[in-house]
Amino acid sequence: MNLNATLIAQLVVFLVFVWFTMKFVWPPITKALDERAKKISDGLAAADKAKTDLALAEKKVVDELRRARESASDLRGGAEKQSAQIIDEARAEAARIVAAAREAAEQEAGTAIQRAKESLRDQVAQLAVAGAEQILRREINAQVHAELLSNLKQELR
Amino acid sequence: MSAENETAQHGLSAGEYIAHHLTFFNGTGAKQQALVDWSLINYDTLFFSVALGALACLAMWLIARKATTGVPGRAQAAFELLVEMVADQAKGLIHSAESRKFVSPLALTVFIWVFLMNAMDFLPLDVLPNIWAAIFTGMGHDAHHAYMRVVPTADINATLGMSITVLLICLYYNVKIKGFGGWAHELVSAPFGTSKNPVLAIVLGIVNFAMQLIEFGAKTISHGMRLFGNMFAGELIFMLIALMGAAWTGFNAPSLLLFAGHFVAGFAWALFHILVVVLQAFIFMMLTLVYVGQAHEGH
Repeated sequence: MNLNATLIAQLVVFLVFVWFTMKFVWPPITKALDERAKKISDGLAAADKAKTDLALAEKKVVDELRRARESASDLRGGAEKQSAQIIDEARAEAARIVAAAREAAEQEAGTAIQRAKESLRDQVAQLAVAGAEQILRREINAQVHAELLSNLKQELR
Repeated sequence: MSAENETAQHGLSAGEYIAHHLTFFNGTGAKQQALVDWSLINYDTLFFSVALGALACLAMWLIARKATTGVPGRAQAAFELLVEMVADQAKGLIHSAESRKFVSPLALTVFIWVFLMNAMDFLPLDVLPNIWAAIFTGMGHDAHHAYMRVVPTADINATLGMSITVLLICLYYNVKIKGFGGWAHELVSAPFGTSKNPVLAIVLGIVNFAMQLIEFGAKTISHGMRLFGNMFAGELIFMLIALMGAAWTGFNAPSLLLFAGHFVAGFAWALFHILVVVLQAFIFMMLTLVYVGQAHEGH
């Protein structure tokens, strides 16, 4: 164990190797390590975020479904109401039409009765005149007795 | 049994075999005599530490260059594991994020480099030295002088070189964090505090300063010596185990028993040494972080 200049040489060599490691080895490898650690923590954060997003989306889906169901039932209610209304209107219209028809028929019937009465009256008047002719056995001047006949017609009304 | 070959080739005794393995290749062809000699350099230590460090840097660079933030490949995943481990330790011990930009790579380099240097112990003891001996004699030199030690961390120069680097980094951070004045104040006022009495203040200042010097010295020397001691002892025990096989004299009972002993002991020690190699690399890294961390905190 004798000391000699190897000691100095070793000292210098040591420093050179340390310098090399410090310059070319340590920075890239620690950079890689740090960046990977960051990547991993970012990935974990993203996974967490995705999980919350998913939960939110699921909640939204449930809300949308509920809303859709509500609007569908609203629609159905509206349609039912509208159809009931349409049916009611149709029924009222039908009733109205029936009433008008009945009125028209009644009116027509009334007119027919009236006409029948008129013609009956005419015929009664002619019958009466014919009867009277037969009874009197003589020629009756129609022109002379027209006034008489119309008076008779008036009385029969 | 390469050890046997070597003893047979060169006719070495057990003591000579071990001494040969414990001598550095410093270009003089002999063991360094003086305790401290700045004119010498252990080329083997330097070669293996630089080669292993360069290999480690290249491998790390190749992985880091293609680092992806997506799904990592196997090499990247394994390296990331290591980086995270070091980064976590650094985060626990150094609270300044700015300092960690330098200290974390420092700790990573220390761990991988020291681990690789320690792991040279697992190579069969004589493989690289024998190859080197063949090359050396091929170059027309005496094989006896083809010294080679393959574990750089079993060289006190390498480990102390690294621990002194850590000391310099600690001093740098002391000044950087506390300011020169703040650090100077700490040097004379910690660990025993100071006094309002001027005489007592000077005495305490001297004692405190001495304690600080001792602390820095003890930290640095124990830091380097711990790794060196463990790896040197481990290497030495591999050598002693190798001697059992080296005592082969033919198919006879003692030789066969020693051969079995070589195998069993070598296997057991190698297994245990796996633990030591990783543990010492980890301890060296942790102490580096602890010392730099201490430089950030006031007493």
